[in-house]
Amino acid sequence: MATNSNHNLRRQMLKVAHSLGLFFAMMVLCVPGLWIVLNSFRPTVEIMAKPPVWIPNELNFDHYRAMFGGIGEGGVPVLTYFANSLVISVTSTVIAILIGMAGGYAFARYKFKFKGGIFVGLMVTRAVPGVALSLPLFILFARVGIIDTHFGMIIAYVALNVPFTIWLIDGFFRQVPPELAEAAEIDGCTRWQAFWRVEFPVARSGIASAGIFAFLTSWNEYALASQLTRSTTSKTMPVGLLDFTSEFTLNWGGMCALAVLMIIPALILTFLVQKHLIAGLTFGGVKG
Amino acid sequence: MAQVHLRNVVKKYGPLEVVHAINLDIADGEFVVLVGPSGCGKSTTLRMVAGLEAISGGDVQIGGRVVNDLPPRDRNISMVFQNYALYPHMTVRENLGFSLHIAKHSQADIDKAVNEAADILSLTPLLDRKPGALSGGQRQRVAMGRAIVRDPEVFLFDEPLSNLDAKLRTQMRVEIKKLHQKLGSTIIYVTHDQIEAMTLADRIVIMRDGHIEQVGTPLEVFENPINTFVATFIGSPPMNLLDGVVKDGQIEFADGTRLPVPPGYFTDEGQAITFGVRADNIMPVGHALPRGEHMAEVEMTVDLTEPLGTETLLFAVLAGTEVQAKMLNPRPVHRGERMTFQIMLDKCHLFDAETGDTQKK
Repeated sequence: MATNSNHNLRRQMLKVAHSLGLFFAMMVLCVPGLWIVLNSFRPTVEIMAKPPVWIPNELNFDHYRAMFGGIGEGGVPVLTYFANSLVISVTSTVIAILIGMAGGYAFARYKFKFKGGIFVGLMVTRAVPGVALSLPLFILFARVGIIDTHFGMIIAYVALNVPFTIWLIDGFFRQVPPELAEAAEIDGCTRWQAFWRVEFPVARSGIASAGIFAFLTSWNEYALASQLTRSTTSKTMPVGLLDFTSEFTLNWGGMCALAVLMIIPALILTFLVQKHLIAGLTFGGVKG
Repeated sequence: MAQVHLRNVVKKYGPLEVVHAINLDIADGEFVVLVGPSGCGKSTTLRMVAGLEAISGGDVQIGGRVVNDLPPRDRNISMVFQNYALYPHMTVRENLGFSLHIAKHSQADIDKAVNEAADILSLTPLLDRKPGALSGGQRQRVAMGRAIVRDPEVFLFDEPLSNLDAKLRTQMRVEIKKLHQKLGSTIIYVTHDQIEAMTLADRIVIMRDGHIEQVGTPLEVFENPINTFVATFIGSPPMNLLDGVVKDGQIEFADGTRLPVPPGYFTDEGQAITFGVRADNIMPVGHALPRGEHMAEVEMTVDLTEPLGTETLLFAVLAGTEVQAKMLNPRPVHRGERMTFQIMLDKCHLFDAETGDTQKK
């Protein structure tokens, strides 16, 4: 009996320890985010207070109001930045996914010369940090005359994302048995139909996850964008955050408000696709 | 319904030739089984008929027309894959109707064909499930249903039963045979399991290393194997083979044991020969079939027994080689027991020891 209750006790303790561990991990992950949201709603005095005020005394929309207000009142062209970010991220993601699908499919299904070498080469491009590329890209883009344009940013982000989408999508197409496409071809499909009607829907979840990654990379990217965008015609939201800095002051509240606006679309997208991700990841057409 | 003809069909992967100019004629409505060990080219041959592999030489004809360069969809065939290859994102109903849907049939036609096929294979209660929610046997039936719905000229089966457990396999074997009797269509079926081949086929095609070794009805290849490969591949347990030399009109084995030459075979004095006898034709005295005309008796020590209920397999050593014998009306046999066995010589086979080919009669 004694050993039995001992084990019971130990199990209870482990459960508590487990919950505590999870709690701390989640805290480390969540507090910065929550802090940003909180700061966007409270007066600058409270943000700057030392020691920090943990429980806010007053919440208001002042920072948001100021941000959307006129230039003189601490306003920034939020909507333009948002539109820039959206156009650049969505376009570059769509292109990266299309190229990623073609490339990933080729790597997963076909044999060709230097396949391994090309694949490693693609991965190596990911090993170069984005900042290291910013100066060469700046010079190149300036010469070609695509600096401070949507087009330039889209090209840069496509190049950044394509190796990654190819690698991810290749993995997902590998999980789709080649017999599915063969069965579809026997059932009357052309090669093209077999891909779109069978292989694509089955690998859809993987392609969606590659899409999220590509979108978030472009949406959050700062290092390249800060060099390659100059004005409101192409500045993205991460770069727009810098508008809140001036020579002697940092408008933390305004920055947090813009950061919240940045987070919202990313969150919505992730939630939308997450459901799809889980639902799609059930393979059952072949043995298993 | 259609005939299928293979004329000198070759398959090469780069410089490597895996199927060597094979010829095969399959009659309308015939059930032909391609059988052989893995890597013998049987699946490749089937995939060339399906159009999933390009042929490197020769002609494939289906229903009288050469289909060498036609894509699979224009060959009017159906195929059942080893892993079933059901579309996981579609329900059973959509899986079954997919080919008709692609061919732009009316919804009414599709429903009719799907319901008919579902009825034949008792899939009706499963129509709205997805493949992921089906058991192995059910998936197998859906795969067959998908093939039936197309109403093709030729059915191709690529090891369709190898992912099922033994009991289900036996059951599905019977269903496939019934299906063939019902539809009367031409079937080409690939398997590595000789029991499947024997039970299903109108004709068996035994392949090895990209060559066709023998074509014949199950009984033909069982009773008259053309060489030692076919002799050991077809039949369970495999035929016992013993190497010996012809001496004084008898066969002498390495340890001096002698057996008469089976009736009907021509042999040369001093010729190296392989003597073949199936377990069914070597039985302990008193446990055998009624005495035939040509019998030989040998004494052997039993090493191991495998009781199968109606019969028991006995493992014993004859002339230095382990042989399997069969005991009808089984009784317990203990290890090391010495027994007298009868060999039915008129059921035995002789092969040339060098080539492995059957000795002329």
